[in-house]
Order: sequence, then C-alpha cells, then structure tokens
Amino acid sequence: MNGVLAVFKRELKSYFATPIAYVFIVIFLIASGFCTFYFLGFYESGQADLQAFFYMHPWLYLFLVPALSMRLWAEERKSGSIELLMTLPLEMWQVVAGKFLAVWVFTGIALALTFPIWITVNYLGKPDNGVIFAAYVGSFLMAGAFLAVGACISAATKNQVIAFILSFITCFMLLAVGVQLVQQVLSSWAPQWLVDGLASLSFQTHFDFISKGVIDLRDLVYFALLIGACLYANAIVLQLKKAD
Amino acid sequence: MIDVQSLTKEYGRLRAVDNLSFRVEPGQVLGFLGPNGAGKTTTMRIVAGFLPPTSGRVLVCGHDIETQAVAAKRRIGYLPEGAPSYPEMTPRSFLEFIAEARGMPAAKRRQRLDEVFGLLHLERVLEQSIDTLSKGYRRRVGLAQAILHDPEVLILDEPTDGLDPNQKHEVRELIGRMARDKIIVISTHLLEEVDAVCNRAIIIAHGKILADDTPRGLETRSRFHNAVSVKLTSPDQLAAVRRAINALSEVASTELDEKNQGLTAFPAPGKLPLAAINALAEKERWPLAELHLESGRMDEVFRSITGGATA
Repeated sequence: MNGVLAVFKRELKSYFATPIAYVFIVIFLIASGFCTFYFLGFYESGQADLQAFFYMHPWLYLFLVPALSMRLWAEERKSGSIELLMTLPLEMWQVVAGKFLAVWVFTGIALALTFPIWITVNYLGKPDNGVIFAAYVGSFLMAGAFLAVGACISAATKNQVIAFILSFITCFMLLAVGVQLVQQVLSSWAPQWLVDGLASLSFQTHFDFISKGVIDLRDLVYFALLIGACLYANAIVLQLKKAD
Repeated sequence: MIDVQSLTKEYGRLRAVDNLSFRVEPGQVLGFLGPNGAGKTTTMRIVAGFLPPTSGRVLVCGHDIETQAVAAKRRIGYLPEGAPSYPEMTPRSFLEFIAEARGMPAAKRRQRLDEVFGLLHLERVLEQSIDTLSKGYRRRVGLAQAILHDPEVLILDEPTDGLDPNQKHEVRELIGRMARDKIIVISTHLLEEVDAVCNRAIIIAHGKILADDTPRGLETRSRFHNAVSVKLTSPDQLAAVRRAINALSEVASTELDEKNQGLTAFPAPGKLPLAAINALAEKERWPLAELHLESGRMDEVFRSITGGATA
C-alpha cells in the first residue's frame, strides 16, 4: 500500500506543479456552468434540482477526460521516466493503481469545486439533496470509467495526440450506444437483444439511473468492473510494450 | 552477486543480446564497452528488471529478476540511459519520492537524503525544478536516485555522459569509494573511464562478449604494449635513429610519426626494447625530447576487437 501511496502522491502533486491542473479545473467549471445556465436553462426550468447540471457531464468528460488521461503513460514513455518507475521495487499493479487513483482524485477535486451550484440551488429552493449526492457519486464513478479507458489507451502509445483521439472515439462509442436517438437508429436494423446489450454497456445508461437518485448495486458493479478491467488491461499493455 | 545465464533478447528478427553469460562479484567494477548498438543498454535494462529477456535468466543476489522482481529490484540502484526523471519536480521532491517508493523508513530518510545531496553536490539546486537544471546536474540527480538506498548492486548506464571534466572526476571518485563492497556495472563509450574506475572490462558487439579481462589485460593485447616512443628535438637525425633502432634485435619494426618528429618502436615477440634503446640513445647522444614506454592503447584494442562492428 505504501508503494501505491508514493506513486499516488507524486502524480497528484505533479498535476499542480504544471498548468494542467489549473487549466483543466477552470475549463471544467466554466463549461459545466455555461451548459447548465445557458444551454439547458437552469433558471427557466423553474425546478430546484441539478438535472440540467448533471445532464451534460458525460459530454463534458468526453472532451476533457481524454485530455487528462492522454499524458498518463504516454508522457512517461516519451521522457523515459517509465524506466525509472518500472525498476523501483514496486509491483506493476501498485504503479498502475497509484497513477490511476491520482488522476481520479484530481477529477474528483474538479468535480467538488462545482459546489457553488449546489449552494445556489439550495438557496433558490428545496432540492432533494439525496438525489444530488447520488448524482455526484454517479458522475465521479463515470469519470473514473472514462479515465480507466483513457489510461489503458495511453499505455499503448508514446504519442499523446494519438492517445487523445483514440480515447475520445472509444469513450464516444461507449456513450453513444446509450443515447436513445442512437438506439432508435440501431434498432431499425439490429436485433433488439443487441441494442439492449450495447445500451447496458454504455456509461450513459448507468449514469442516468444513478443521477436520478437510484443507487443500484448493478450500476456500481458495472463501473467497478469496467474500471477494474481497463486497469488490468492497462497493466498487461505496459508489460508487453513498456520499452518501445 | 549478479549471475547472467545465457541471456538472449530479440526484437522481432533483430537479436540484440545473443546468449550472454557472465558473473559479477562484490568488489568488482565492471565496465561494459561496445560500439553503439552493441547491446549494452539492452543488457543493463534486462539486469535492472525493466525488460524481460527472450530467454535465459538473471539472478541478482540470488533473486531471479523475473520471478522475484521486487526482492531483486530492492538490491539494485539503477541509472537508466539519459538519466530520466520528472522535469516538473525539484531534486528534493524527486528524491523524496524515490525514498518513499523504495520504502525507506521516514526516520532514516532525511539523514540519508542530506548525505546524498552532499555526495553529489546538489545543495544549491534542491528547490529548482529539474527541467531548469543543466545536463550535468540532471545526471547527478539521476545518480543520487540510484545510490539513495545504498544498494548492493549499482547499474549505471553512461554515468558521466554530459559532465565536465571536473564532474567526471568526482563521479569516478564516488564510484571508486563505493566500489569496495558493492557490485558495480557501468556502461561507457569512454575508454579512459574504464581505465580510471573499472577493474574488469567486457567488450561486446552484436550482443556477444568479445573480450572479458582487466583493463591492464586488455592493454597487453595492444600492439603498442611495451612499445617505445622516441621523440627528438630536431627531425634531422630521425632517419639515422630509425636505422639504428631497427638494427636492434629487440625491435620488430618501427613506425614514423612525422608530425611529432618521433617514432614508435614495436617489440619483437617476448622482448622489451626499452633498455636497449635507452642505452643506444645515451651512447649515440641523440637529441632526445622524449623517450617512453607505451603500456598499450585501449582505443586501438577496442577497434581491433570490435573490428569495424559499428552497426
């Protein structure tokens, strides 16, 4: 556990030692605020809830998370520091977990900094804070899933641009199959079981449930499994490709 | 002890390391020599546990680097090629991270860090980010990281690359001081370095060991070994001197070195021509500027052993 902690602390600190952290947080806050107030009419809806705020999260993450995850391994490989990291007396899983937790906690910090909107909605009305809490949990889990996919892809390349594009496309597909419009198009030619199967694999589907305040074990297991599987794949990719 | 047993590494169809076997005992400073692309870095990466070998195995202090990786890595200090680190960190925070990742107890950490900062003269740059440091300082941060936990085994890939002559000298002294009870493997393309710090040298090319000897032993393989160089104050008599030296039974042949107004006399097999040449020079009153015994030229041995293997 100490090994995980050492890697985690180093990684998290390094976000704040570079402009990455501040740029990411500022853009995340501006974009989520903009979407909530202008796009989705937070005031106009006249309801004391944060549906509009959370509605946009999957699409915000789609752009912002690959920008964060692309450097996770690609940069270590490019600078050669991966050689240093992999010759420390640490197990592979400790390094993978430490780095992932750091970037996940970092995203969590950005998410937590959206608290003014929670204060606003509580000032304006009487929202169901249980639902809001559940939605925050769901959003955090979904960010973890995006990051795990991105981390795995970042491990496969030295090139951050390639890592960004591939993560973006993969995450886009994982989101899109859960969107009703896409499902309708799919069901015009694909069998229903396939459409349902794809939908149940989507971030969107599971996030929708949690953000309505329903914390179902199946959704939690889904995110846990997805993150676990991606990190496992991440470790294997690293083991195979760490030198080239 | 490092025990490398028939190590082979293939990248696709390229065989970078070809059935390499050697052992290194405590107290040995092994210099790894070879042309670029000879397989030095690949071998060191395998021994340090970064790359898995295609076949063969490596034991570090009895621990297999593949199956008991963590135990083996604990005993190794490794400076990768180019001394990579995290450019946004300061040397202090970087070395604190290494200490923590290596599980160094917090109580011991501070004292050991200060010791290492002192050894490598890093005090002045501790709070500066690594990407603002000169190449020499970065290399020293890399070295500090490698010796931090006082490992039994040190693997240093080109430890003095990018250092100025003073810093080179200091790093070599440091290696020399640590050498007594440690196993040290360094790779270098500087032949003087082998002479200065190593007590054993392995020359490899195309992934194979071509020579494994002490630096002195390698020098004796040179045709310059026991040769005598003569320099005159004026070149007028050079031709006469050469004839006289050639006539000696101890001398096999001579070569002129026009630019320096001198010549080199190569010994006949098993002979030492120095005394004879010296006596002759006194008798004939040659205008000597210089007369000295060659110990052997490492670069020439290196070239003849690796024989144009510069792939």
